[in-house]
Amino acid sequence: MSKKMHIKLNVNGKDEEFLAEPRELLIHTLRERLNITGPHIGCETSHCGACTVSINGKSVKSCTMFAAQANGAQITTIEGIGGTDNLHPLQEAFKEHHGLQCGFCTSGMITRATKLLEEIPNPTEEEIRFGMAGNICRCTGYQNIVKSIQAAAAEMNAAKEAAE
Amino acid sequence: MKQTVSIRGSAHTDLIHDSAIKHVSGGADYCDDIAEPIGTLHAYFGTAKVAHATINSVDLSAVRAAPGVVGVLTAEDVPGVNDVSPTGRHDEPLFATEKVEFWGQVLFAVVAESRDIARRAVELAKIDYTPLDHVIEADEAVAKGYPHVTPPMTLKRGDVAEGQAAAAHRIQGQMRIGGQDHMYLEGHIAFAMPGEDDDVIVHSSTQHPSEAQHMVAHVLGVPSNAVVVNVRRMGGGFGGKESQMNQFCAVAAMAAKKWQRAVKIRPDRDQDMETTGKRHDFVVDYDVAFDDEGQIQAVDNTFAARCGWTSDLSGPVTDRALFHADNAYFYPHVKLQSRPMKTNTVSNTAFRGFGGPQGVVAAERMMEEIAYKLGKDPLEVRKANFYGDTDRNLTPYHQRVEDNVMPRLVEELEQTSDYQARRKAVLEHNAKGGIIRKGLSLTPVKFGISFTATWYNQAGALVHIYNDGSIMLNHGGTEMGQGLNTKIAQVVAEAFQVDFDTIKITKTTTEKVPNTSATAASSGTDLNGMAALNACEQIKERLVRWACDHFGVEALLVEFAPNQVHVGDKTFTFGEFIKQAYMSRVQLWAAGFYKTPKIHWDREKGQGRPFYYYAYGAAVAEVSVDTLTGEYTVDRADVLHDVGKSLNPVLDKGQVEGAFVQGMGWLTTEELKWDDKGQLRTHAPSTYKIPLAGDVPREFNVNLADWSENRELTIKRSKAVGEPPFMLPICVFEALGMAVASVADYTECPRLDAPATPECVLMAVERLRG
Repeated sequence: MSKKMHIKLNVNGKDEEFLAEPRELLIHTLRERLNITGPHIGCETSHCGACTVSINGKSVKSCTMFAAQANGAQITTIEGIGGTDNLHPLQEAFKEHHGLQCGFCTSGMITRATKLLEEIPNPTEEEIRFGMAGNICRCTGYQNIVKSIQAAAAEMNAAKEAAE
Repeated sequence: MKQTVSIRGSAHTDLIHDSAIKHVSGGADYCDDIAEPIGTLHAYFGTAKVAHATINSVDLSAVRAAPGVVGVLTAEDVPGVNDVSPTGRHDEPLFATEKVEFWGQVLFAVVAESRDIARRAVELAKIDYTPLDHVIEADEAVAKGYPHVTPPMTLKRGDVAEGQAAAAHRIQGQMRIGGQDHMYLEGHIAFAMPGEDDDVIVHSSTQHPSEAQHMVAHVLGVPSNAVVVNVRRMGGGFGGKESQMNQFCAVAAMAAKKWQRAVKIRPDRDQDMETTGKRHDFVVDYDVAFDDEGQIQAVDNTFAARCGWTSDLSGPVTDRALFHADNAYFYPHVKLQSRPMKTNTVSNTAFRGFGGPQGVVAAERMMEEIAYKLGKDPLEVRKANFYGDTDRNLTPYHQRVEDNVMPRLVEELEQTSDYQARRKAVLEHNAKGGIIRKGLSLTPVKFGISFTATWYNQAGALVHIYNDGSIMLNHGGTEMGQGLNTKIAQVVAEAFQVDFDTIKITKTTTEKVPNTSATAASSGTDLNGMAALNACEQIKERLVRWACDHFGVEALLVEFAPNQVHVGDKTFTFGEFIKQAYMSRVQLWAAGFYKTPKIHWDREKGQGRPFYYYAYGAAVAEVSVDTLTGEYTVDRADVLHDVGKSLNPVLDKGQVEGAFVQGMGWLTTEELKWDDKGQLRTHAPSTYKIPLAGDVPREFNVNLADWSENRELTIKRSKAVGEPPFMLPICVFEALGMAVASVADYTECPRLDAPATPECVLMAVERLRG
């Protein structure tokens, strides 16, 4: 057993502090230590995207990052994006446009999409398809996922305009 | 006064998935999300690293001695029978004993304090083998005299020799069709909790909880009533979790009973892909005779399948390949034979379409052969061979096609997709002789609905109304994303005329509905929906009888209106009505049952009516192929699909789109590669490529045939939707063929094998250029 490391994270706005072995992967920290089970384990090799979270404003596959590497970081998971009574426009859109079937990829998809819309607030369909290429869905054929992101982008842009 | 209000979520309406809000907020629980009791142990499989060998010795001492390892399970530890064969053929040992028959076969399981410890410990095993020759390919198995894993089937009608003699043309050829990994995003998993006496509860992600229950009992040597299997939802199944979960459930349960602690087993993706079965690879030898118009006179085809080391479901899978070897076409004289070959590979299993797609692909290959031979548009040849309405409507298995909507579907799609003008444009484009060649193809699908194992076509449901008017619905089907729970709850909502939200859909559990069939063969809604409706009708009948008695009215005057019940001139809310019925001691729950009528099948004779009805569809695809690299894009796809009178169009359309893309993956990018030693080299998404968001058709128009109604009395006249659309993207495959054929001016059938990877396309281009 290696020497444990002292790790501090801020997850969904809450400070967390614990001792962990250097090899502990972030996805295990989230799911097993912090009981945050929205991010899922799909392939464990960073190809499927089911474990996607945001770390300091960037989309990261949490299955291939050590918890120690995230020391001091701000982490957002699907649970931090919105709850059942205050859904984020992307969550609302995935729900309303049937952008999911089995749901296993959904938390990663939405988490990635929040960053995509920060990177490109008004993306073309092509940009959405390229920007989401790190997240696999085996059920939907992606049609409704793309539609959901387009709908959410329109909604968010309209809200932004109204606020300005 | 006429009521204009209606309930939320009745049948035939667009309703979002019942778990959607949980999915988008991270609150939907999968098996791996269940909170682990203190002391939970983790199991992991130790597997063979050789394709075929005798086992000389197994030394697990270092495994057992590893810190954190609680113990090891081998064949010797099995209390009952060391077998998880789903069809009772007893040919699938849970743990290998004397022989290894494929790379990845389970030899033992390690049980440890953590999953990480278990995974590391399996590597410490010392196994001594004497390697034997191994066989990977189906045709190689035929050549080497390998056995069938299960008895083959022959379908025969008419006289093939006579048909061949009378025909002007005859073409013989061979086609190789690759397999496919399910690549469900959530892999295999089982989580067992020991109970008192012989009891054990297993949470799992299985499409077939009843079979898992029976298998666990079989392995533990206890009666089925000691075992409970629960499934809340799956992160995708596609057939891969029909029989393949048995081994995980059995090992978790064995370990839980042995150490009296909760035990979870979840392989990593590589082990999941190496150790569990896939879609069957086929080698099809075809022999088609036809006249100058392109009408088929005789077909004599043999379907050899890579079944792997055991039978698993290969019998019914290879049977279904034959059942769909006609696709939508009438064969006057026909002989079809299956060769379910044993190979030294993982035992192939169910996968959306269940052998049907391979049969359909081979039928479409024959259409292409005929078209290239006669210089016709393949669509003309297809139309010339469609089943007729009153004649030319007998299948090779002697069932009459009585509900043929194909001509109308294809005519509509041809119009809406502007097929003729686009074909002309594609031919003109290719005539210019550029590097980028185009292809356009329209292909049909006819798919038989019912399990061909007739006894599987039964289902049960349990409906409770609590005395506050809330309803709990349980049925034998499992939810894997297809929206089965949503659709069945819509049926219940409509039956009682209550809002959808009144109904709680519970997990699937063997405790509530026994002896269920797998949620497979597209049958989930057809079977379980009818069973749930039957339960509702029983309860309604009791309620009406009671209301007549209690209020002194005629049955006609008891009306279930939206969220209300009218009894004569009185009106109650549904909840008030139920409360009164409870106070009057009315039984407010019922178990429903359904068995599909009309079907029968005699496999020995190859005759019967295996299918209750057929689902139809058609699709057109246009592709662009770079003839210098073999790379291609799908520029546009148009789909028209028949789901009868859809219970939920938005869910059904989602199924069609998803199936199209999954089928396209099978025929284009998804390639299973075994090396010379018999190891699967594409065992993770890094090397096994399923379609990404950018790989799908640039323009994708999907429509349901909104005029269709099932001619049979299915649930609300709907049709099954899970599998049939999987075969729609065969048009992509044939369009690629057309683009390739253009380099030889369409004088030769391009004979692409599946999957048509860019590499395969490039080689075909080179071959046709000569």
